[in-house]
Amino acid sequence: MNTKITKVLRLTVSYLIIAIMAVIIIYPLVWVFGASLTPGTSLSNFSIIPKNPTWEHYKELFNPDESLYLTWYWNTLKVTVITMIASVFTISLMAFAFSRYRFVGRKNGLMTFLILQMIPNFAALIAIFVLANVTGLINTHLGLILLYMGGAIPMNTWLLKGYLDTIPKELDESARMDGAGHFRIYWQIIMPLAKPMLAVVAIFSFITPFTDFILAKVLLRQPEQYTLAVGLYELVSRQYGSEFTLFAAGSILIAVPISILFLSLQKYFVSGLTAGGIKG
Amino acid sequence: MIAGGIFFDEILPVFLRKESLSVDNIYKSNHRKIATWLSIIPGIGQFYNRQILKGTLFLILGVSFLISFWDFIDLGIWGIITLGEQLPRDNSIFLMVYGIISIFLLVLAAIFMVINLRDAYKNGQRRDMGQQLNSVRSQYRNLIDNGFPYLMLTPGFFLLLFVVILPIIFVLLLAFTNYDLYHTWPAQLSDWVGLQNFTNLFTLEVWRETFISVFAWTIIWTFGATTLQVALGIFLAILVNQKDLKGKAIIRTVLILPWAVPAFVSILIFSGMFNESFGAINTVIMNALGIDSIPWMTEVLWTRIALIVIQTWLGFPFIFVMVTGVLQAIPNELYEAATVDGASVLQKFSNITFPLVMFSVAPILITQYTFNFNNFNVIYLFNSGGPAVPGQNAGGTDILISWIYNLTMSTQQYGMAAAITMVMSVVVIAVAIWQFRRTKSFQEEDMM
Repeated sequence: MNTKITKVLRLTVSYLIIAIMAVIIIYPLVWVFGASLTPGTSLSNFSIIPKNPTWEHYKELFNPDESLYLTWYWNTLKVTVITMIASVFTISLMAFAFSRYRFVGRKNGLMTFLILQMIPNFAALIAIFVLANVTGLINTHLGLILLYMGGAIPMNTWLLKGYLDTIPKELDESARMDGAGHFRIYWQIIMPLAKPMLAVVAIFSFITPFTDFILAKVLLRQPEQYTLAVGLYELVSRQYGSEFTLFAAGSILIAVPISILFLSLQKYFVSGLTAGGIKG
Repeated sequence: MIAGGIFFDEILPVFLRKESLSVDNIYKSNHRKIATWLSIIPGIGQFYNRQILKGTLFLILGVSFLISFWDFIDLGIWGIITLGEQLPRDNSIFLMVYGIISIFLLVLAAIFMVINLRDAYKNGQRRDMGQQLNSVRSQYRNLIDNGFPYLMLTPGFFLLLFVVILPIIFVLLLAFTNYDLYHTWPAQLSDWVGLQNFTNLFTLEVWRETFISVFAWTIIWTFGATTLQVALGIFLAILVNQKDLKGKAIIRTVLILPWAVPAFVSILIFSGMFNESFGAINTVIMNALGIDSIPWMTEVLWTRIALIVIQTWLGFPFIFVMVTGVLQAIPNELYEAATVDGASVLQKFSNITFPLVMFSVAPILITQYTFNFNNFNVIYLFNSGGPAVPGQNAGGTDILISWIYNLTMSTQQYGMAAAITMVMSVVVIAVAIWQFRRTKSFQEEDMM
């Protein structure tokens, strides 16, 4: 009897806490959705379910004459997808070399990667800004892509190398016996087997640039070049609050697809993080 | 027959090994030394060893390196030492970059020289010992086999060199110059100033005050926000993992939402919610609780509290997911055995659950701390490091990284910003090395 009461009590308290957490988590998201449907630009007579909801802000965002939102979306997708493809290719080459060959400088290379992985690449913020000015890479997407790739290499190379180490070397050897060359072993034997971890690396090198703000803010100067993070920030900060409803619509259009993508790929994400054992 | 077998299998190898141990007697000539000396001009030693093709290749590489980079290296080394002498002509910062690249090139050249000398020595040694040199064909095979990993590493290596390592070295050097708004090309040259920036940072009133207060807040922020998000994450994970709790899947999905939404979006949403005139926190929640409006954006203390709350909201799902994974991996038998031994719920928690969770989450915790130490996004996007504080040149919620950002982007005090970056990096690197010594990867056998 007594244990039953404590059990009911325990569960009730648990559900209560979870309910409170759910409200705290969902409220901001519902609030911003409500704001995105509020007519006009001001939130002064705002209620979470707008009295006369409107899609005008969404329409404005999709109208290229009125806002650069679609351009920013396109810029972001361009930068992230190119970063992803190029990083995965470079990283797979490096991880393969580190995993399969013993060569002079291998140990030092791996050590360097381990150290670099712990230093965030915007630590050298000033240098990046000045160097981008010197090389003319300021205000270009190329500069941004190169920076993101550089940031992605050390950690993900370790991740992939660790995975490749678990693929038996006998496979390479028998392929070599059959006359396969180095590149063929890499491309036709090992990479197909490494697909799960390649997927993880791909997700990482997609999400990081997508959610990055600081590097894009430092490098990009013109509104036409902005990525979503910088664009949205400028939208809110230009005249603070005056375009908040528009911003709200813009953030819904980012939050929804990315959340769905994230939740559906969450399994990979978590497996990658546990394998790496690191990185927040 | 049998005796012959023993001779070939056992006696001959021993004999041969003995021979090769007393290496000095085996040299019949001095080709190895001559070839090495000749190879000071790349390729000549290879010619001496009668490896014409390889020699030509080395010679061409060496000569073309000299022809194409000599002037650049000359300029770069001169530039990095003087940082320019004459005004419209010399741009100190360009010269510094040239200098760093020149040093990279010199290192490359040194590596090439070592390879070249070693090759000459090795082949000379083979001749001294009367052995056959490799044919062109097998040299080619060797090159492909040994060179392939390097070939694979090349693109990534150059990217890292120019995108990651070059900036780091550049910041390192910048910290010892007076490069700022007033020492910019074409008006002025910049100069090496030794430790001046560091002395200023610790002796000039305004810099010291600002540095101390920013640093103190950075530490409070790092520990406050991280500890809260970790504690909440662990607590919720254990809560949701209770066996008789229904609807786990949907609960977990909801709890992960803050991680799924891109952080920059949520932070900007929060900065709207905390807005003093229209934000929901003041107009709805505080109103309902009967509390007067709170100056979230204009008073330092309130902004700081808001920031820590927001970071907790943003950061706990990650810990939640990690800990959930650990909890699910704890075998049930442990708890069953504990129940048989008569352990209470609390004892099970403190003796089984908690130690196991901490053991596997510990490495993640450290990265969480360093992550928040450098968490520029939340500070800058929420209130740009503000509100402003009289008597110092950083905002009230600026952490080191956002202060550096402002020094770089708005007031252009590059030298000072670099000096602060270095001080900051010492902290980060110290933590990183401490963590590095205990990571699994470091202890892997093929690393050591």
